Amino acid sequence: MQAFFDVVWDARFALLSGLGMTVLIAALAVLAGTFVGLFVGLALSFARGPLYWLVRIYVDFIRGTPVLVLILASFYILGTVGWKLSAVQAGILALAIFCSSHVGEITRGALGAIPEGQTEAAKSLGLNFVKTFLLVLLPQATRIALPAWVNTAAEIVKASTLLSIIGVAELLLATQEVIARSFMGLPFYFLAGAIYFAVNFGIEQLGKALERRLAIEGR
Amino acid sequence: MGYTLNFGAVWRDIDLLWAGLGMGLLLALVSIAIGAVLGLALSFVLISKSRFRPLATTYVSIFRNTPLLVLILFTYFALPQLGIRLGKLESFIATLALYAGAYLAEVFRGALLSVPVGLSEAGLSLGLRPWKIKLLIVVPIMLRTVLPSLSSTFISLFKDTSLAAAIAVPELTYYARKINNESFRVIEVWLVASLFYVGTCVILAMLLRLAERRLALPR
Repeated sequence: MQAFFDVVWDARFALLSGLGMTVLIAALAVLAGTFVGLFVGLALSFARGPLYWLVRIYVDFIRGTPVLVLILASFYILGTVGWKLSAVQAGILALAIFCSSHVGEITRGALGAIPEGQTEAAKSLGLNFVKTFLLVLLPQATRIALPAWVNTAAEIVKASTLLSIIGVAELLLATQEVIARSFMGLPFYFLAGAIYFAVNFGIEQLGKALERRLAIEGR
Repeated sequence: MGYTLNFGAVWRDIDLLWAGLGMGLLLALVSIAIGAVLGLALSFVLISKSRFRPLATTYVSIFRNTPLLVLILFTYFALPQLGIRLGKLESFIATLALYAGAYLAEVFRGALLSVPVGLSEAGLSLGLRPWKIKLLIVVPIMLRTVLPSLSSTFISLFKDTSLAAAIAVPELTYYARKINNESFRVIEVWLVASLFYVGTCVILAMLLRLAERRLALPR
């Protein structure tokens, strides 16, 4: 046991920077994915014709492909077509695309759950589409979508482990490097699992707290 | 750019991809079968007042909040240090089944609570024993209400089988990477691999929806 703690202490900077990398990757992917996902959700809800089908195919294609395949494809393909991205950038891009399709579906679901009367009321007040969306629909949709969105964030943290496969030094790869030096697979995989659990459990509890706070009385 | 598409290398090895697809489906099928039994047992503990309930809650929470890749690596690389030595396939199936069990436990728990109490009471009044009421009345009805969630769990487990590539189980992603590394036909191989995944997901979704329609409870 003492030996394990010694190795942990020796590797503390590597492990901490791995954790930092994981948080950074997840945060950037969620941020970019949410931004794009909002527009995806808008298109799924309001667009007609070719734009709708284009976005629909985008979402279904991304959701039908495993994240690992997205990451590998992004990593290998972008380099080949001459877009020089580092492994981290390619990985974040893949996770952001994955996130955008999920946020798109969540947004579509949330917008669809708002009663028609709200839009009609906004129209009767003379609000244009942009104002209707920003002032009437978005605040209500946020409330509905928040729990699922927090879930997606936890999914992204979990999916960020897949970046270890393309050589990004996030927490899992940092852990594996320590294991390769120390041959202590059991305690270190356990440690990594425990850290991921702590992060995601925290996100889950945050989501539940938000849900309780935002719940509308009497619904 | 200067990249011209050439599907020759992929067509030459298309049999590998089909074999990989079959392997992925098989892994998902075995895992969901074991996971469903496990999830059913867990869900009964979750709705009971048994003193094992905190244990079941902890199990579900751990498996839902730890990245699948960490769990897979833990089972395959760390458990042998405890004397539990499993082959690649067995260790992957075990992990995916335990993972599926945690997700299905939550699904089943909600559905068990939604089965009307009157049906259990009817069983009691017929003189059935409690275990018979559960087995013959509650579980069949519950299973028919959760069919949509079971389908979507199966589809996401199928996508999760891509992670088996990380421990060199020969499934679709593993073969795609192999072809990628041998032929450098990067775009072609990942395009075809993701079409395989998307196509399978779409077909599965359609088949399962047909099955749902036949088996769903009449309303």
